Amino acid sequence: MASLKDMRNRIASVKATRKITKAMQMVAAAKLRRAQEAATAARPYAERMDQVLANVASRVTTRDGQSPLLVGTGNDKVHLLVVMTAERGLCGGFNSNIAKLARADAQRLMAAGKTVKIMTVGRKGADNLRRDLGKQIVERVELRGVKQVRAAQADEVSQKVLALFEKGEFDVATMYFAEFRSVIAQKPTALQLIPARVPEMKGAGKAQGATAVYDYEPSEEEVLSFLLGQNITTQILRGLLENAASEQGARMSAMDNATRNAGDMINKLTIKYNRQRQAQITKELIEIISGAEAL
Amino acid sequence: MAGTFKFELISPERILMTVDADQVRLPGADGDFTVLAGHSPVIANLRPGTLDVKSGNDSTRIFVRSGFADVQPDGLTVLAKGAVEVAELSGSRLAAEIEAAETALKGAKDDEARRFAHGAVEELKALGGTGGKGH
Repeated sequence: MASLKDMRNRIASVKATRKITKAMQMVAAAKLRRAQEAATAARPYAERMDQVLANVASRVTTRDGQSPLLVGTGNDKVHLLVVMTAERGLCGGFNSNIAKLARADAQRLMAAGKTVKIMTVGRKGADNLRRDLGKQIVERVELRGVKQVRAAQADEVSQKVLALFEKGEFDVATMYFAEFRSVIAQKPTALQLIPARVPEMKGAGKAQGATAVYDYEPSEEEVLSFLLGQNITTQILRGLLENAASEQGARMSAMDNATRNAGDMINKLTIKYNRQRQAQITKELIEIISGAEAL
Repeated sequence: MAGTFKFELISPERILMTVDADQVRLPGADGDFTVLAGHSPVIANLRPGTLDVKSGNDSTRIFVRSGFADVQPDGLTVLAKGAVEVAELSGSRLAAEIEAAETALKGAKDDEARRFAHGAVEELKALGGTGGKGH
């Protein structure tokens, strides 16, 4: 049985842990707000991009001779999985959920006889996938020291993806990230980057009217090929921003749980400690009394 | 047809500028062009360069690295990467932009990209010249 001193130490250490998790929760909450703002601020660009891309793509009727970014390489053999995770742990199931989805897809594709290549963005994803899919990892991007995801990071990732694509290293690229639903819900999501999924036109009739009179400069094809390159960066930026928000959300709820658990533990330990202390006092009293009686 | 139209400058990260503009001159891929209210709808690629926004008596010059313009009947939207106001472009900021443009020039894969990057370097250096005189 643990001595009273041991128990006091134990309680003190759990209290210290609770302070840390509480602090982490509050830091995550503050960062979450910022990450959410960044994700919201980036939305107009992505929406406009989608709109214009849908417009242009709907005008281009023939699929022959179009950029492989839109129509694909005609093959479906080599898949690139871009797995985005966080740089740090202690955020519940966030990293492992994304890795789990990517791993399931990788195994499904490999079972179907396809070649799988993996590009990890963020250290935790690489750590998680290294054990069983280490050979498939072709590229690793670390975002250590990046406080706030900016377009520069998305550029870096998309340039690597495009460079690999130009070299003919893969046919299909899919991005894995956690979609931010709410503070307590983040959904691991797979999104196909190449060939581009052309967004559906919203309000078809209205948009149709608008497309009819658009002019393109220099030409539809050139605008389209520029847009397709840009679109990849935009999607990646969106993934990174959603991921950043999801990570903080996941960390916040994980730390909230941890704080609550630590509180419960402290209560239990304190009750146990007091009971033991009283038992000890009673024991000592009995010893004194029985000693006195013996005289 | 006189009047103003809605001009929006959007970067991948956020909306940089929303004004009612009288006219905006854009560095189109095939040459500069100016948008006034009631311009016919056009989608144009932009080369690296400056765009001039005139709104009432205010005039703003903004340098963009790349992007495209979407002219619609109700307004103009520019989706731009690396947009900086020319007024803020001096000293180290300008040097960084010139460096980026020169890197792009070295990495240019075809003639068009080379021409764009070259134009950007020239334009930035010219801006540096006028900026220097202003001080």
